Amino acid sequence: MSPRRVLGRIGFYTLIAVVLAFFSVPLLWLATAPFTSDPTYEVSLPDFTLANFRAILEHPYALGSLYNSLILAVGTALLVVLFAALAAYALSRVRIPGRDGLLYALLLLSSIITGTAAMVPIYQLAVELNLIDTHLGVILILTGGLLPAAIFMLKDFMDTTPKSYEESARVFGASPLQIVRHVVVPLVRPGLATIAVWAIANVWGNFLMPYLLFSSDPENQPAAVIIYTLYTEGGQANLQLLSTFGLLYSVPVVLMYLFVSKKYGFRFHGGIKR
Amino acid sequence: MSAIELRGLTKVYPGGVRALDALDLVIPDGEFFALLGPSGCGKTTLLRTIAGLETATSGSVVLGERDVTNIQPGARDLAMVFQDYALFPHMDVTDNIAYPLRIKKVAKAARGDKAREVGERLGLAQLMDRRPGQLSGGQQQRVALARVMATQARAFLFDEPLSNLDARLRLEARTFLKRLQRELGVTTVFVTHDQAEALAMADRMAVMEAGHIRQVGTPAEVFQRPINTFVASFIGSTPMNLLDAVVRGDSLEVSGCKVAVPESAAGLLTDGEKIVYGVRPEYMSYSAGPAEGALGGKVSIVENLGASHLVTLEVGTASVQAVVPEGREPVPGDDGYALPRADRALAYRDGDLVAAGRGGTEAGA
Repeated sequence: MSPRRVLGRIGFYTLIAVVLAFFSVPLLWLATAPFTSDPTYEVSLPDFTLANFRAILEHPYALGSLYNSLILAVGTALLVVLFAALAAYALSRVRIPGRDGLLYALLLLSSIITGTAAMVPIYQLAVELNLIDTHLGVILILTGGLLPAAIFMLKDFMDTTPKSYEESARVFGASPLQIVRHVVVPLVRPGLATIAVWAIANVWGNFLMPYLLFSSDPENQPAAVIIYTLYTEGGQANLQLLSTFGLLYSVPVVLMYLFVSKKYGFRFHGGIKR
Repeated sequence: MSAIELRGLTKVYPGGVRALDALDLVIPDGEFFALLGPSGCGKTTLLRTIAGLETATSGSVVLGERDVTNIQPGARDLAMVFQDYALFPHMDVTDNIAYPLRIKKVAKAARGDKAREVGERLGLAQLMDRRPGQLSGGQQQRVALARVMATQARAFLFDEPLSNLDARLRLEARTFLKRLQRELGVTTVFVTHDQAEALAMADRMAVMEAGHIRQVGTPAEVFQRPINTFVASFIGSTPMNLLDAVVRGDSLEVSGCKVAVPESAAGLLTDGEKIVYGVRPEYMSYSAGPAEGALGGKVSIVENLGASHLVTLEVGTASVQAVVPEGREPVPGDDGYALPRADRALAYRDGDLVAAGRGGTEAGA
């Protein structure tokens, strides 16, 4: 190897190390700060106290908010998977003029009209429908926001399953719903899992919608909103509670990724084609 | 078990393509029937229309006594094996075979028993817990067959049943399928683009071209007396010699040689008329010396067919092929003479067979 290439290599790995450090320091902080009695913004060796966890348990809304997050995430994921699967199957199998145009229009509109832009009308709508301060209201609105992308991704999965499976079941007398349950769903299960995980992760991190629609009652707020209220009396960020709650908040999502990835073994880059 | 009858069956795809054009066909109860034709001739569309996966534009499909034209595929009492077998990858062999029974709401234990019984009959007893992905092509085919056998259907439909198997297995499966069909006695229609497959397996066959049935008959009828030049050139592993000829009194002039008028066309040709003279390479006797009524020329190509050779002679401007038994084959450059069998030679006028009592049934216009 020429000296030039050796130098190049060293430079390359140094760059990688710096980038890696950049991303790993916040994670290290999240791992150590909850176990430190007086955490600062620095990463330091913890003194392994559990006092911060005790404090979080005593917080009136902390645990409840994780439960709220769970309800919103699972509820939304179930609805998204159910509706997206039915819509994607129909769109994949039925030839209607302008089908692709419809799909792209849905996708485009759902990414242009973000939560911030639709905030006021959504709030109005929720008030009119008596869905304000209810989990159902937030679940329905989040479902609506996620469906276009979910349908788009799932249709791709459906398109890759051969039609002969369904035709075979049809000749044996299976009804359309039986075909979906017996044949299509098992075949696209990795796709459904992808969509479910993606929906849960999305809802778990969503701040705006629950913040807006649970305006009056912190009882109902999910973790993403509660974490925003963890301040000291002096108005400073309460790093003990923030770090501890942050850890509790992120662990479920990490566990879910590990579980699903082990069970279905799918890769998460884009995650559409296998 | 029942007969299948098609009456004026027509299928026009959106966009105006006539895939099937007023087909009439009767397939008697218990027959093993082949739909043969080149790709795009409508044979698969026909099978799918019988199955109900395509709706007929007009005409009707009658199964036994029942008109099923407007009945859902699942209610037709038919079973179909798809070209890719369409075994459900997420179910094991037992569940795959039992699937039709599951749809018919047979109890789990009873359908498991039935699946094992049918599976055993087809030699799948050791494989009942495997997934389709763990089976060879031949085993997958037997699972697909077991699945249709479990249905007690009135007729079976096979779409290209052998095309997914490798060449050696294909011959084995051909014999197996024919024996199975004979034992079960269920009316079976299969689609193939391979004329050898159709000739070997079918009791009767229909040769299709461009949405029409060109000829219906037993393999022997279709092989020996093709109704037109399309069927003549499509059937047979070595294509039939189709040579331009002119009638000269009581004989024919083919590329400067004088050959006898085909027996089937005797008395039906007029002097001076231009026809196409057809004779299969298998129905030629080859000799190195001149013979009365033979086509003589120079040998250009000799192809080894195993127990025989296919010899190509350049006769005037035409190429004539003859099958020569092993040990008697010439080498390229030799002079050769091929004598057609007058009782097997055929005459075609405007593409149609000239004969008094024509072999097979002519169908379509």
